[in-house]
Amino acid sequence: MSQLIQLAADGTASIVADTWVRVIPPAAGEESVRKQAGKVVLFKLTGEQTFTAEQIANTQIPASGHILVPLAIWEARKAELQSRLDRGELGIVLATNETAEALQAAFADLNTLPLIAIFVERFADGRIFTLGNWLRTRFGYRNELRAIGDVLRDQLFFHKRAGFNSFLIRADRSAEDALASLNDFSQPYQGGVADVPVWRRIHRA
Amino acid sequence: MYKYDPIDQQIVNERVAQYRDQTRRYLAGELSDEEFRPLRLQNGLYIQRHAPMLRIAVPYGLISSKQLRKLGDIAQKYDRGYGHFSTRQNLQLNWPKLEDTPEILAELATVEMHAIQTSGNCIRNITTDQFAGIAPDEIIDPRAIAEIMRQWSTFHPEFALLPRKFKIAVSGTEKDRAIVQAHDIGLEFYKDAHGHMAIKVWVGGGLGRTPILGTVIREHLEWQHVLSYCEAVIRVYNIHGRRDNAYKARIKILVKALGIETFKQQVEEEWSHLKDGPLTITQNELDRVAKYFEPMPYKTLPAHNASFDAAVAANPAFAAWVKRCVQPHRVPGYRAVTLSLKPHGKAPGDITSEQMHVVADLADAYSFGELRSSHEQNLILADVELSDLFAVWEKARAAGLATPNIGLLTDIICCPGGDFCSLANAKSIPIAEAIQMQFDNLDYLHEIGDLELNISGCMNACGHHHVGHIGILGVDKDGSEWYQVTVGGKQGNDASIGTVIGPSFSAEEMPGVVQRLIEVYVRERHEEERFIDTVRRLGVAPFKAHVYAEKETAS
Ligand code: HEM
Ligand code: SF4
Repeated sequence: MSQLIQLAADGTASIVADTWVRVIPPAAGEESVRKQAGKVVLFKLTGEQTFTAEQIANTQIPASGHILVPLAIWEARKAELQSRLDRGELGIVLATNETAEALQAAFADLNTLPLIAIFVERFADGRIFTLGNWLRTRFGYRNELRAIGDVLRDQLFFHKRAGFNSFLIRADRSAEDALASLNDFSQPYQGGVADVPVWRRIHRA
Repeated sequence: MYKYDPIDQQIVNERVAQYRDQTRRYLAGELSDEEFRPLRLQNGLYIQRHAPMLRIAVPYGLISSKQLRKLGDIAQKYDRGYGHFSTRQNLQLNWPKLEDTPEILAELATVEMHAIQTSGNCIRNITTDQFAGIAPDEIIDPRAIAEIMRQWSTFHPEFALLPRKFKIAVSGTEKDRAIVQAHDIGLEFYKDAHGHMAIKVWVGGGLGRTPILGTVIREHLEWQHVLSYCEAVIRVYNIHGRRDNAYKARIKILVKALGIETFKQQVEEEWSHLKDGPLTITQNELDRVAKYFEPMPYKTLPAHNASFDAAVAANPAFAAWVKRCVQPHRVPGYRAVTLSLKPHGKAPGDITSEQMHVVADLADAYSFGELRSSHEQNLILADVELSDLFAVWEKARAAGLATPNIGLLTDIICCPGGDFCSLANAKSIPIAEAIQMQFDNLDYLHEIGDLELNISGCMNACGHHHVGHIGILGVDKDGSEWYQVTVGGKQGNDASIGTVIGPSFSAEEMPGVVQRLIEVYVRERHEEERFIDTVRRLGVAPFKAHVYAEKETAS
């Protein structure tokens, strides 16, 4: 069963097959582990390097099909990937420590990308919402924007309002159940990327 | 006060349904502890020493008699018959059952209340001055803006999982009573040279492990832009705030690391994309919300009342109460009354279900059915007629709510500490109680005059010890409980962080330590000089000398 939820233009949600293959770099030799109050934390700081040169060089890229590639790999191996982009077979995965500006800088027109995914390593990393918002509002991205990684139904309503229109639910959870969460609230107060604050939306006596 | 319309009510109802399902999934094992944690926290639910702790939102400290009665009933039905008002103007229940919390939230929703965002790494309950709307030194009533901000921040799609909690305070008076400088964002309203409502914006204040007072990021912001500007600030923080280390995750650390100039530049850059956009508050919306905060239907009364004056003259106990617990009002013939939740020997801020009912009745009979909670953990009847003060006093006194100690040494701000809080290094309530008993002589207390004493059970600083004239912090030394003392902290426009006077003390020593600090003050003060001013004039050295000299002779 697919774990991918997609929103149609009219806002209806359905579970669809995922036709994209995510290109994942091999694990780093010595991942520097940060400790916090005895716990290992995974958060990378904004601007911190996402993959090492070695990881990028050693990444296997499937020869055909739709591929979702980390920004760092696109930047380093653009020559071999350009034709895939031209054929509409390449999307980019942005990590939450990477910036929307870096993505913008890498593409003359973001809308040549059929898919941008933002990978959230831990659901508690709220940067994903601001990144989504920026891509939609500031950078005018119109195609599919997907939340992937530690994506749980309890954040979907926020993802949706921050501009995401597809959600790859974590493998051990039911995408079916998650559908309901997209509509947890019917009339939010503040604007999201696609709507304005309630006082501009409806007349309140 | 603000009244829900169908949209507000629906949001709160939908929240109850959402949380009910989340709790069900958690209890069924479908959500892990770690996954449930931010969900329950954003509904005000902590897991604590004895039981969960539920923090119920009292937006900017305003509460109706009906709501307070409901809180009393909830405390009775689901807890042990009492609640605790916190320094963030909210009410905490110390013993609810996790399984009951959806039902508690459902009951709260029937009186337009909730526990949304009272905890967790999101924008918390917005706080303000307990005398908003009635303070004689008020420039602008900040409550309508606070309500607009409450709505904007509720389930904000971008700011649900910030690096750390985020606190906003608004103040509209000359004399700051909302501690804007100790907040992540502090909004200080004023009228600019053209008579327009404007805001001075402070950023990067906070207490806790690293106490820092805020810095002005913008001297002048037109009120229409308050949401877009705050959104810009919090966006920059959301992206650049540290997430790898909870101790360094607050915005104050980011502001310090970047420097205010760089931080401001980033905010202004971000704001340039938001300014004048849909977040700009319209006059219509402000007017709509402000309608709820229009002045009460006051009578036209003389500024003086003969029976009141006579009662003050005839009854020293009443006079003492009036002196400490009755505050000025902008409307002639009216006063604000602070009901002390600090009777000597009880946990500061605690209130029983019966008392909640008494207070609700008082509000109905004498103050238009409304109340306020203060960050000093007391309750306020804001609109009492002079001629009613005596009756209010008698009833409040019968209910144990009229200790005439507001602003005095025993009006202690105190967190729950080791008795309830699992993060505590030491108990704090028994320290407060011991100090209250030590200073049980009311004449002496009045003689000492204005003095703020704040106690926290650990460096999270829930008791605001850094900004107390005397601050007490529970510390852990080799597994036993000790107390570190700071002197010279202050809230208000000229806020300061207190200075640690030296090695910590045992619990038994604490009343004596406070006593000796007072001795230095009484010896050194100029006429009419408050404790804090004496400390500022002399520095902490003489206080330290006396406290530790005595300690050496003693041992
Ligand atoms: C009993 C359960 C409680 C827990 C687990 C708790 C937890 C915390 C924590 C972890 C912090 C530190 C946040 C930081 O890093 O700044 C904090 C701060 C704070 N808490 Fe509590 N708290 C509790 C009760 C209270 C109560 C009863 C009050 C009010 C009386 C309160 C008011 C505050 C305030 C005002 C801060 C301010 C820190 C700042 O301004 O930076 N908390 N609390
Ligand atoms: S200051 Fe510490 S002990 Fe007191 S309530 Fe806060 S976290 Fe608990």
